Amino acid sequence: MNVYLDNNATTMVDPAVVEAMMPFFSEIYGNPSSLHRYGTASHPAITKAINQMYKGINASDKDDIIFTSCATEANNWVLKSVWFDKIMHGEKNHIVTTEIEHPSVLSACKFLEDQGVKVTYLPVNDQGVVEAHTVRSFITEKTALVSIMWANNETGMIFPIKEIGEICKEKGVLFHTDGVQAVGKIPVDMQDVHVDFMSMSAHKFHGPKGIGALYIRDSQKLTPLLHGGEHMGGRRSGTLNVPYMVGMAKALELATENLQEKMASIAAKRDRLEDALLSGLTDVFTVGNRANRTPNTILISIRGVEGEGMLWDLNNALIGASTGSACASADLEANSVMLAIGADNELAHTGIRLSLSRFTTDAEIDYVIERFESAVKRLRAISSSYAIVQPTAGGEAGEHHPHH
Amino acid sequence: MAKNDLMSGSLWDQYSNKVTTLMNAPTNQGEITQEECDTAGHKLIVADFGAESCGDAVRLYWEVDPKNDTIVNSKFKSFGCGTAIASSDMMAELCIGKTVQDAVKITNIDVEMSLRDDPETPAVPPQKMHCSVMAYDVIKKAAGLYLGVDEASFETEIIVCECARVSLGTLKEVIRLNDLTTIEQITDYTKAGGFCKSCIKPGGHEAREYYLVDILNGVRHEMDVEKMQSAADAGGLGDFETMTLVQKIKAIDAVIDESIRQFLIMDGGNVEVIDVKDSGEYIDIYIRYLGACNGCASSSTGTLYAMESTLKEKLSNKIRVLPI
Repeated sequence: MNVYLDNNATTMVDPAVVEAMMPFFSEIYGNPSSLHRYGTASHPAITKAINQMYKGINASDKDDIIFTSCATEANNWVLKSVWFDKIMHGEKNHIVTTEIEHPSVLSACKFLEDQGVKVTYLPVNDQGVVEAHTVRSFITEKTALVSIMWANNETGMIFPIKEIGEICKEKGVLFHTDGVQAVGKIPVDMQDVHVDFMSMSAHKFHGPKGIGALYIRDSQKLTPLLHGGEHMGGRRSGTLNVPYMVGMAKALELATENLQEKMASIAAKRDRLEDALLSGLTDVFTVGNRANRTPNTILISIRGVEGEGMLWDLNNALIGASTGSACASADLEANSVMLAIGADNELAHTGIRLSLSRFTTDAEIDYVIERFESAVKRLRAISSSYAIVQPTAGGEAGEHHPHH
Repeated sequence: MAKNDLMSGSLWDQYSNKVTTLMNAPTNQGEITQEECDTAGHKLIVADFGAESCGDAVRLYWEVDPKNDTIVNSKFKSFGCGTAIASSDMMAELCIGKTVQDAVKITNIDVEMSLRDDPETPAVPPQKMHCSVMAYDVIKKAAGLYLGVDEASFETEIIVCECARVSLGTLKEVIRLNDLTTIEQITDYTKAGGFCKSCIKPGGHEAREYYLVDILNGVRHEMDVEKMQSAADAGGLGDFETMTLVQKIKAIDAVIDESIRQFLIMDGGNVEVIDVKDSGEYIDIYIRYLGACNGCASSSTGTLYAMESTLKEKLSNKIRVLPI
């Protein structure tokens, strides 16, 4: 059985989304900026897509939702343009973010640090969450922007966006949230929270890759990242990607309609899987309180089993999962999320992320439970952590050794 | 970056069949007990290397016949990814039948070569090469335990790049002999830095004692100093052509002061050296006439000829004197 449990990395495009996109490739293909009938033929679909987007996140008509090529673009846009607007051409010089943001936020922040901007990377607590009071204590008069994800990709933990938004509003600081792991998974209501900018990505909620969006509260100023033909009111130039806009909006509509029911259904499967693994295996633990987690995510630590080794066995069993601590990553620092939540150092390389979708079936969960347990059994049989014969006197691994 | 780098490719697809096979079913996985060794009159050696907190840990077991120091059986336990398990398995395999003294000579390169399907194709992608390095270290540790010596005594040179096993001495020599100026060149010549890249500069996969950037800078600096010193020494011996630019200018000025300037001053003129350009074929001395010399007919004929021939005679035949 093929089971895809890596839906926090990307998702299958819903066939209904593909169907909605199809007319806009070879039938209604005119450039929406053209005056002729071929160009204007797509206008009703664009209007519909925009309406679906606003409804999907309950944005106000005063707000902007600007389509981008992806969430990486949206994140870069906010960080670099706030830098341009408020730091290069303003009095500010400080950005607050967290240690566990997506690379598109962290790398952009590192780049800004190279340009002389001060960046504070906030730690997370033992639940893997940044606490609102921590955010408050690091905002200064020089702070231009707070950028904190809505939910974490590795743990699924949901951050206190409403509280942080209130703090930023009170302090008069811009607030950006990377909503990639939240939109389409949990309720995201832009009229309930005070967020200035929110990044989104279609392919995380069964839309196509290659399209994202940036929500901009009250259509406020943010210098464009891409200059060009004044598309989308000049905020983001580039010929409108009609089929993908239609696809993203349709996917958002499908993900958010009856959201509570969908969440309950996914959470039931997730909980069943998590309970089975926790009860069927010894020396395992999962990260974060389920009540404050996206309903599809499990980050499980398995003592004595290195993450990539586990992925290998799962892959042999046709199960796709992921690990935050790939042995081949350029930086073999222990998984920062695992360390942040207070896991022992020796467990930092044992994390496996299982992320479900609304297409995950009960039969798939049963299969994963069985194969997951047999993989753990096999790898623990090989593992030095479970060896019985102890090292010869003097043969223990030294405290200092040249590797890692 | 170029076309072939645009798609990074699948890490696992680059494993040899041997690596895949051993990962799926390691043959030497397991433990050797004290009882087994006691029965046969053999000695049990168990050594650990690495740590789970670092992402890689291996435990190596040797059953050694003390009569001839031969490793009659070897097993391993490993916490690590697929290549770590396959490398550990091959390491144990290579130990079996060897004397402890010979086993110490097994390097991570031997392990990797043994994991190849064909001799020309690497068994693992470059960034996985470091997984086999632990095999080398744990063998040294086990041998140290058996022979009762410090494991460090097996290492006769400082290894900078453990993946490619390139020593500090080799690197310094290669940089110097081939006049290397970039890290890329060092990797091309020695393979150092071509695998896990930790040894290139701080901040990589693991912290290192020596980094290629520092070694390169150090050797280049040494080479520059030596070059200057030899030029200075040569200048002291009066070898004009190998002098540094500053020495050349001083020497030219000295010749002008000694043999030329006084005659120009007598005629109410003077000369100053503006620049010296050494093309290898010629050493061009750019001069400017001052005072009465400026515009004097002889300044572009007789005086110039006399000045050039004097400088040629006293310093170098390559000299050309060019008024501006």
